[in-house]
Amino acid sequence: MATDILMPALSPTMEQGKLAKWLKKEGDPVKAGDILAEIETDKATMEVEAVDEGVLAKILVADGTDNVAVNTPIAVLAEEGEDPKGVQAGGSKANGKDKQEGQTAPAPDMHAEGQAERPAPDAKTEADTPVETPASPAVITNRSDDRAMAEIPEGTEMVTQTVREALRDAMAEEMRRDDTVFVMGEEVAEYQGAYKITQGLLQEFGPKRVVDTPITEHGFAGVGVGAAFTGLRPIVEFMTFNFAMQAIDQIINSAAKTLYMSGGQLGCPIVFRGPNGAAARVGAQHSHDYAAWYSNVPGLKVVMPYTASDAKGLLKSAIRDPNPVVFLENEILYGQSFPVPKLDDFTVPIGKAKVHRAGKDVTIVTFGIGMTYALKAAHELAEAGIEAEVIDLRTIRPMDSETVVASVKKTGRCVTVEEGFPQSGIGAEIAARLMVDAFDYLDAPVLRITGKDVPMPYAANLEKLALPNVAEVIAAAKAVCYR
Amino acid sequence: MEAAKEARRGSDETREKAAPPHTASNVPAFSRDEDLHAYREMLLIRRFEEKAGQLYGMGLIGGFCHLYIGQEAVVIGVQMASKDGDQVITGYRDHGHMLACGMDPKGVMAELTGRRGGYSRGKGGSMHMFSREKNFYGGHGIVGAQVSLGTGIGFANKYRGDGAVSLTYMGDGAANQGQVYESFNMAQLWKLPVVYVIENNRYAMGTSVSRASAQTDFSKRGVSFGIPGEQVDGMDVRAVREAATRAIAHARDGEGPYILEMQTYRYRGHSMSDPAKYRTKDEVARMREESDPIEQVRKRLLGAHTVPEDEIKAVDAKVREIVNESAEFATNDPEPDPSELWTDILL
Repeated sequence: MATDILMPALSPTMEQGKLAKWLKKEGDPVKAGDILAEIETDKATMEVEAVDEGVLAKILVADGTDNVAVNTPIAVLAEEGEDPKGVQAGGSKANGKDKQEGQTAPAPDMHAEGQAERPAPDAKTEADTPVETPASPAVITNRSDDRAMAEIPEGTEMVTQTVREALRDAMAEEMRRDDTVFVMGEEVAEYQGAYKITQGLLQEFGPKRVVDTPITEHGFAGVGVGAAFTGLRPIVEFMTFNFAMQAIDQIINSAAKTLYMSGGQLGCPIVFRGPNGAAARVGAQHSHDYAAWYSNVPGLKVVMPYTASDAKGLLKSAIRDPNPVVFLENEILYGQSFPVPKLDDFTVPIGKAKVHRAGKDVTIVTFGIGMTYALKAAHELAEAGIEAEVIDLRTIRPMDSETVVASVKKTGRCVTVEEGFPQSGIGAEIAARLMVDAFDYLDAPVLRITGKDVPMPYAANLEKLALPNVAEVIAAAKAVCYR
Repeated sequence: MEAAKEARRGSDETREKAAPPHTASNVPAFSRDEDLHAYREMLLIRRFEEKAGQLYGMGLIGGFCHLYIGQEAVVIGVQMASKDGDQVITGYRDHGHMLACGMDPKGVMAELTGRRGGYSRGKGGSMHMFSREKNFYGGHGIVGAQVSLGTGIGFANKYRGDGAVSLTYMGDGAANQGQVYESFNMAQLWKLPVVYVIENNRYAMGTSVSRASAQTDFSKRGVSFGIPGEQVDGMDVRAVREAATRAIAHARDGEGPYILEMQTYRYRGHSMSDPAKYRTKDEVARMREESDPIEQVRKRLLGAHTVPEDEIKAVDAKVREIVNESAEFATNDPEPDPSELWTDILL
C-alpha cells in the first residue's frame, strides 16, 4: 500500500521550508536510509531520509518550491510490486502524525539549531483547543495613535523583514560605522550563527571582528568586558541566555558595577545579546526568561524588543550606548516578519515604551513575545466591546513608567503579561509602581498574567499550560473591567 | 579539635618548603640606580600597607583590607620590566599594584578611608580602585574574575595592534578557578599578549596550597594549552624583573601568553580579621628574616653598591613622609557628598 512522504520538520519550531532539490526521481527504488531530497529553511539545509523501502511513485512538490508547510505530502512511496502509476496522494495508510515521525529522519542538532522552534502545527493536544497557539505573528494593522511612530518620519518606505534579518542588519550597520564594534560568541562566524543572526558578518568583516569562541561563556563574557573597559564595543552573543547564567558574574559584578566602583572612570560599552525565554519543547534548562533578573540590577540597561523594527533600532542604540546593555531576543520571534523603515540610520531610543494599540477600557502592558498574547487578546476583546490599550515596554530597564501611568490614568485598569515567573517579575514591578503613581485612578487591582510558577515542563500539553495564553489575558482584562 | 589538627597539618606541610624558593645565584645584578629604585618603590608599598593596617585598627578603614606586605618584589619587578602603555589588572590584594603603577598614594589611601578624594570617590573601597590614566584596571573582588578581564584587555591590545601587554595578576587561590583555564585557552588560541602573574603566597585565605591544589607547580598550569611558564623567586626583585622581561617580550612579540609563578609570601593575614591559625609564627618570622625582599636590596645597597647609610635613611624618611601625608589626607578629606549616591550608575 502506498504511503505519503511528508515535509519533515527539521526542528521543533519549523513551520515551513523550501524543497530545494530531489535526489531521487520518480520510479527510483528507495531503501531505508536513502537520501531522498534536500530541504532548506532560513536556518539550515537538511536531508530527507527514507524510512521505508519501496519505489518513489510520485513527486508531489517540485524542486525549488518555497514555503512548503510541514506535514504536506511531498511524494508518494509505493510498496514494491505495487503499480507506482496507480498510487495517489492522501489515499495512503499514513496519517499525518505517525508519518511525520517516520519521516523526520534528520536528527536536528539540538544545541545549535533546534532548541527553539515551535511545535509542528499538528502537535496539538486537547489542552490547546479553546486557545489558539500564541505563536503566529500579530499583524500590525491598528497603530492609531502610536506615539513611537514618531521615531519613523512620515512617508518613510517600509520593507518587510524578519526579526532575524533586522538584528543582523543592525549589527552590520554599526560595524560599518564604528570599527571598534565586534561580535564574539559561539558559532557566530563560520557557522553563521546558531540561529543565523550573524549570517554574512564573517564574510563582510572578517575573523578579527567576527570571533568564534570556544564553549566557554564565563570566560568569553569576561574577555568581552575586559575589552570594553579599554573602549572597544563588543557584542557578546550567547547562544541562549540560559547559558549566560555561567557568565552572570561577569555581567553583573564586572560589567554593571565597575562604573560606580571606579567613581565614573571605567565605563563598559558592551552588548550581551541572544535568545531568551521559552522556545518550544526544550525543557526547563533552556526555557528561562531572565528579564526580571537583569532588570533588578543597577548599572545595566535591559532591552526586549517585539517587532523587527524595534529589534533593529534598539540594537543599534544598544551598540552605541556607553553602558552595558542586556539585549533579550526570542527565538520564536526570529522568523516573524514586520515592516521595517528603509532608512540609512534608524535607531529607537532605549527607555521608551510604545503604545502599540490604543484603547480606552483597559491597559495591557507587556514586552517581547508577550506582545503576541496581548495583541490577540486585544483583538478578541474588541469584538466583545472592550477596547484594550496595548503597551510594549520594549526596554525593561530603565522602565518607561510614564507611558504606563498615563495610559492607566485613562483606562483605570491594567493587566500585565510576561512569560517569566510571577514572583518578583516585571508584572510585580509594574503593579507596585501603579500602586504609587496611579492609585487614585485604578478601578480594579492590577492583574498579572505570567508563566506558571513551575520549571518549564517538556510535555507539549504541560508546556502549553505553563506558558501564558490568550484566554488568560482575555479573562484578566474582562475581570478588571468587571465584565 | 579536628579543625585545629587540620590547620596544623597544613602548616606543617608548608613549613618544609618555607626555605627561600630559589637561590638566585645566576640572577643578573641590578645597577646601583636600579636597586635604589626598587628599594624606594618596595619600601613605599611596605610603609603604605603598614599605615593602612594602623588606620584599619583605628577604625578609619572599613570592610575588607588585604595587605601586600611581603610580596612587594613581585609587582615592582614586573613593573620594572614593563613599558608605558602596558596594563595592570589584579584581584583584591591590590594596593601595591596601584602604587607600582604610579597612582597617587593620597588617592589610594583616601579610597581606603572612603573619602571623596579617593580614586573611586569613596565608592569602591580597598578592592575597587582604577586609574585609566595609569592603565590600572582594578582592583576586583571576585576571585579569578580579573583573569578573564585581563585576557580581554589583551584581546583589545591585539585588536588595536598597539603592542601593549596585559599584565594579569592572580593569587594561588584564584588559580584554581574555572574561568582562569577558559581564559588560558582563549589567550593561547588567539595568541593574546597577556602575561599571567600567579602570586603564590602559599595560602588561599587560610588554606595552604598543598591542601587546595592537586598541581602545586603553578608554572605548569598552562601546559595543556601549550603556554610556557616558569617558577620565579618572587622575593628577589632581580629574578622577578629578569623573568618578567622574558615573559613580556614573548607576549609583545605575538607569541601569546606566558605564565609566571611568583613564589612569594605574605607576612600579614589574608585580611585584617585573619587570626592566622593556619601557620606558625615561626614560619612567618623565618621568611621575614631570611627572604625579605626589601632587606635583600638594602643589604646590596649598603654592601656592593656602597651607598652611604645616610642616603638610605633619606629615602626611608622621604617614603615615610609620603605615607604620612597620604594618611593625613585620607583622614581629613571629607566623606563623599550624599548626592554621590546617585552618580556614576550609568553614563
